[in-house]
Amino acid sequence: MIRDFIKSREAILVAALIALVLVVESRFSGFAAPGNLASVFNDTSILIILALGQTLVILTRCIDLSLASNLALTGMVTAMINAAMPGVPVAALIAIAIALGVIMGMFNGILVWKLDIPPIVVTLGTLTIYRGLIFLISGGEWVNSHEMGAAYKAVPRFELLGLPVLSWIAIAVIAGFAVLVNRSALGRAFYAVGGNPHAAVYTGIDVGKTRFAAFTIAGGLAGLCGYLWVSRYAVAYVDVAGGFELDVVAACVIGGISIAGGLGTVTGAVLGALFLGTIKNALPVAGISPFWQLAISGAAIIIAVAFNAQSSRKQGRIILKSAEHAQ
Amino acid sequence: MSLAEDTRTRSLPDRLHGRGTRILKSWELLLFGIAVLIFVANTQASPYFLDPWNLSDATFNFTEKAMIGFAMALLIISGEIDLSVAGIIALASTAMGWALQFGVGTPGLVAIGLAVGLLCGAFNGVLVTRLGLPSIVVTIGTMSLFRGISYIVLGDQAFNGYPDSFAWFGRGYVFWVISFELVLFAAFAAIYALVLHKTNFGRHVYTIGNNPTAARFSGIRVERVKMILFLLTGLMSGIAAICLTARLGSTRPSIAYAWELEVVTMVVLGGVSILGGSGSILGVVIAALVMGMVTFGLGLLNVPGIVMSIFIGALLIGVIAIPRLVAKLRRT
Repeated sequence: MIRDFIKSREAILVAALIALVLVVESRFSGFAAPGNLASVFNDTSILIILALGQTLVILTRCIDLSLASNLALTGMVTAMINAAMPGVPVAALIAIAIALGVIMGMFNGILVWKLDIPPIVVTLGTLTIYRGLIFLISGGEWVNSHEMGAAYKAVPRFELLGLPVLSWIAIAVIAGFAVLVNRSALGRAFYAVGGNPHAAVYTGIDVGKTRFAAFTIAGGLAGLCGYLWVSRYAVAYVDVAGGFELDVVAACVIGGISIAGGLGTVTGAVLGALFLGTIKNALPVAGISPFWQLAISGAAIIIAVAFNAQSSRKQGRIILKSAEHAQ
Repeated sequence: MSLAEDTRTRSLPDRLHGRGTRILKSWELLLFGIAVLIFVANTQASPYFLDPWNLSDATFNFTEKAMIGFAMALLIISGEIDLSVAGIIALASTAMGWALQFGVGTPGLVAIGLAVGLLCGAFNGVLVTRLGLPSIVVTIGTMSLFRGISYIVLGDQAFNGYPDSFAWFGRGYVFWVISFELVLFAAFAAIYALVLHKTNFGRHVYTIGNNPTAARFSGIRVERVKMILFLLTGLMSGIAAICLTARLGSTRPSIAYAWELEVVTMVVLGGVSILGGSGSILGVVIAALVMGMVTFGLGLLNVPGIVMSIFIGALLIGVIAIPRLVAKLRRT
């Protein structure tokens, strides 16, 4: 088992991540201090949550490009409700955010499931629709920090056992995903649908329904992140998280989630997001202009996908333990 | 025995549908109907719509995107995609602006625009065909990389001061209201339609999109065809970069932001299957007209650009969803 781990992509990613932190630390001491690493993790929390949602979608051979627009729309809705009706408790706002995200995810999912429209077409469409709706409901106005309630802004920053709530939410989502993906029938179904849709049908798995589930979960997480993003940065406007959908795909690709479906792990997605998040946090520390960030993300995607293709020219994930022994 | 032959010939007609029914049921005709509807709606909505100069201005909404769309159509028919086209525009425009600082003249600027487009296309093509990587991921990566290089070079600055002879590519008129870009658009439409529908190369593109393995076994050099298509898409993006830069008269790293989505929308709206294997240039041309008219008509009504994008997004999903929905309801 240990030998398996050393040979796995996750081990390489862990090594790359440690190397990255050490390189930055060697030039700018203090970067690898526990406190700073915790803040890097906190900064990356939203990317991790979204990358996990995207992982499910990609596992089923689909892709969701509308996640960032979904996030921005739900964020704007919660901010506007909070500004107009300060009496609504934050818990209710979070519930609204998740529900709204789920609805948007279901809309993507139903088009893919019932009408068999290619996911990239569906989510390219909803990417622009959801983003445009923000303009329609807000009239292009911003919701600024002073219009938001104190409790609304405080939740993600509230410290619990030394870590902000935002980090704890990310940890909870990671734990939930570890169980969902590795220990549940639905989790197996995601792999089966992506690995071989025809075989999945013969084993009694409803391919469309499984994809619908993936889109719904991803949408719900994007909704949750909508509240987290807007409350953390304390501002809501039309272009919130613009282009972030590509960062999410990048995190998944770096984490070794195969775009062809059926291949990838929760650990990989988390590590991929952390890798990207660490680079983003290291740039200002190293005094590199933030204008470098886009090119570095792009280069990271290309290198990661080239690397994945070299190492993953083998069979897909084996679902049954007995089949593994039979090899 | 003759009876058996009879039934066999009857059950296997030469054509499933006659030419007439095929045209009547075609995607292009449906789209053309939508285009006419939007045109009529626009004339009703705004008295300024039918002015020839206004209509001429409206063509700039789609000419540059459609030029890329033609090459993208071939690429998507072959089963690949290029999401980096807007990134290529940004990089090519930045390279031209950079060269301008050293006093390079108009012919040099054009050459640089074309060369950068070709180079970017070659980079995508090598990654996809030589390394066998999925084009959607590769071009998401290169889209960030190409535009990212523009950001590194320019930051929040801009290149200005393009010469008048260069500006002609974006603002010049060949005859009365017929702009240079419109002529270019029409010429490329004709060239791409000929290449796709009347040459062996075009046949190969369809074959590869339908079944790359079968295409390889029938002697088609799949990787070379795909490489050529990536080069063409890069080249067209370079040409679009020249026209757009000339028209705007300046280069910012955010130039042509999110155009890749509009180009793909145009191609898919034009009836090209995103799964590869089918589609026509005529469809892309009509889709370009539809999108251009929607944008322009809503613009005349002072509808903000982002609301138009809702329209485009809904159009993309709607035109694909509605026929499928109707077919589904009819079956049950």
